Amino acid sequence: MSLLEVVGLSVRFGATEAVRDVSFSLERGERFGIIGESGSGKTLTALAITGLLPEGASTSGSIRIDGVPLPGSEREMAQLRGKRIGMVFQEPMTALNPLMRISDQIEEAIVLGRSGGFAQLEVPYLLKEVGLELRHGDRFAHQLSGGQRQRAMIAMALASQPDILIADEPTSALDLITQRRVLDLIAEICARRQMALLFISHDLKAVGALCHRVAVMHRGKLVETGKASQVFAQPQQDYTRKLVTASRFEAPSLQRPPIGGPLLEVDQVSRDYHHASIWPWGDKPLRAVDGVSFSVATAECVALVGPSGCGKTTLAKIIVGLDSATSGQVRLAGARYRGADLPRERRRDVSLVFQDPFGSFNPRLTLEHSIGEPLRLEPGLSPQAHVDRLVESIEAVGLDADMLKRYPHEFSGGQRQRLAIARALVTRPRLLVLDEPVSALDMSVRGEVLALLAQLQAEFGLTYLIISHDLDMVSAVADRVMVMEAGRIVETGRPDEIFANPQHRLTQELMAARLPEVG
Amino acid sequence: MSTTIMPDRRPILSHPSLWIGLGATLMFALLALVSLVWTPYPIAEIDIARRFLAPSAEHWLGTDNLGRDMASLIMAGTLTSFLVAALAVAIGAGIGVPLGLAAAAWGGPLEWLVLRLTDFIFAFPAIIVAILITSLFGPGATNAIIAIGIFNIPVFARVARGGALSIKTLDFVAAARLAGLSNAGIAYRHLLPNIMSLIIVQGTIQLSLGILAEAGLSYVGLGTQPPATSLGLMLRDAQGIFLIHPWLTLVPGVCIVLIVIALNLAGDGLRDAIDPRLKAVGAPNVAA
Repeated sequence: MSLLEVVGLSVRFGATEAVRDVSFSLERGERFGIIGESGSGKTLTALAITGLLPEGASTSGSIRIDGVPLPGSEREMAQLRGKRIGMVFQEPMTALNPLMRISDQIEEAIVLGRSGGFAQLEVPYLLKEVGLELRHGDRFAHQLSGGQRQRAMIAMALASQPDILIADEPTSALDLITQRRVLDLIAEICARRQMALLFISHDLKAVGALCHRVAVMHRGKLVETGKASQVFAQPQQDYTRKLVTASRFEAPSLQRPPIGGPLLEVDQVSRDYHHASIWPWGDKPLRAVDGVSFSVATAECVALVGPSGCGKTTLAKIIVGLDSATSGQVRLAGARYRGADLPRERRRDVSLVFQDPFGSFNPRLTLEHSIGEPLRLEPGLSPQAHVDRLVESIEAVGLDADMLKRYPHEFSGGQRQRLAIARALVTRPRLLVLDEPVSALDMSVRGEVLALLAQLQAEFGLTYLIISHDLDMVSAVADRVMVMEAGRIVETGRPDEIFANPQHRLTQELMAARLPEVG
Repeated sequence: MSTTIMPDRRPILSHPSLWIGLGATLMFALLALVSLVWTPYPIAEIDIARRFLAPSAEHWLGTDNLGRDMASLIMAGTLTSFLVAALAVAIGAGIGVPLGLAAAAWGGPLEWLVLRLTDFIFAFPAIIVAILITSLFGPGATNAIIAIGIFNIPVFARVARGGALSIKTLDFVAAARLAGLSNAGIAYRHLLPNIMSLIIVQGTIQLSLGILAEAGLSYVGLGTQPPATSLGLMLRDAQGIFLIHPWLTLVPGVCIVLIVIALNLAGDGLRDAIDPRLKAVGAPNVAA
């Protein structure tokens, strides 16, 4: 008998069916992964198993644990959740109570999981098991790093010694190095405790590294189930094949314009942040960028990689003129500036593409107005030329000119990122700064956007400065990589050289944290 | 990215409190507007012979101590109350929203100044401002409007600033800055349209508060002056004879209560109808 058996599960919201006829089983000690893109219904499946579906959802089909169907009453369900199922959520900051110390929250989970016993005595063991120290238990959630919070969440999930651990995108809010550590921790604990794992993710590599068996979910249906190695090596369905291909970034081979002379020069740029304080002495300023110098040649593609908080986004903001350097200067095609004082007539030479395609358009403006906005940097454009530019840029990113009349919410994430690139191109810039251009997109769309970028570079001779923490993407597209840590550039070189033979400690850690290719 | 569970989006039609509130408000507003062209009897017509009449076919709500027709008085009084409150909201929003937007868009010393200014105004209740203005310019509906309007300014400034601050962190504002838009341009083009719904909801709430404030000011004699009338003034006229003729106090009192309840229901309903949509905007509601 399987530990968990799901047969014909469907979840509907009114007339829309979010999960359709999903069946799978989970054996004791097995690690099972569900892969799917946003909106595929994978989280709803997990919530259905824990009986935590949002109001308004109706389910059909059966879910059995050890052959016993899930109880109907909320009270019994809560007991079952406490004793048999542990759950780790995506965003540990919101899943932890901000007003309770970590050890108290773990203790509460132990007490709820069973009756009697000395809960306090077990807390130190649990902390140790997830790789936290005793002193971390006395802290509050905001005093821990993202990785530590996720460890605390895992400790809470383990508190009741569950048979099943459900992890819903537990690492997608974490940076590369922390992600690898948390994944290793989950694997280790599952092996030690003989606990079954239901791992939900959009990241094929994370699933491939952790799970024995995988299921691929698409539009609410399971399209393929099987052994991880088999599914990834010989995908049977078109959709799975598409996902596997998309997870390996392949460098598009296009005729590239020759790399020219230096276009952007960054010279000893530093940026200090002062804490708001009534005392003029007091805190030392926080140095986000610390004496950074580099140059980017025309038609080159340079990538800036580093962990979160290393100052890469601040540097990008200075280059595009959203923020000003405390010291040092930037030269763009001869024009010298420190950031926000970038001369107005030069602003059209540089554009920024934002990370989040959902926040980068005003929901109340049609795309025509949003995309046309940067054209105010080019006074003296006739109305006809204005329209021509809009059509030119939207067609350059492979979309239709009819779409200009529509509003941003009518478009998917991938389309919006194309539109964001169209807006960045409308002034015919020479330098495009891309801040994590694909990390908010679904796997299958990432490849398309990267191919588009390569094609645009070939067509218009664009220069790219790509900011990312994704080494696979960087090694596929960049001519040169700069590794940044704590505001300094610690290593520079060609991607194949730097990744084959990393010199700096951070680069080595990043390389070690890289998950193996699937298939 | 994992699935975001969206509350099922209900159309505006399915918010009953919004419809009850809006319907009742519109009914009162219509009644008030009709009084501009027609009332059963002229409100200034005093006829002592027919005073203290009970409700009848001729006088639907009876007559007051001066023999004036109560139904006519209520219609005209409601108009005054609405007018005073609406103009006060217009003053408050007209000055407060630009102040709040400016505070959010520029920040720095300007924001400090706006915040301290609103704190300063907040410290004076409408009644104190009204007494100040009345002692300078004499009582009257206009001065009540100004007093309540001043009282509304900091409320709108705060709401506008709060809403604008959360919009300001979004990427499209940074994109606009890159596109060379000035602070004023960003405030007008990007911040204002996105906080409009907040302003409308706050406006409804301030309208009901304004009607209460007008009634209060007229009651103490600082607002509308006879021969014009307002609901507050009717209360004041009837208070001395409450024990003998409670009806004369009850009618305007119940009217005030009903209008305020209707406006609050409409405000709550509007907020409920608008909020989920605000949340859904920008959420990944389309599968990529």
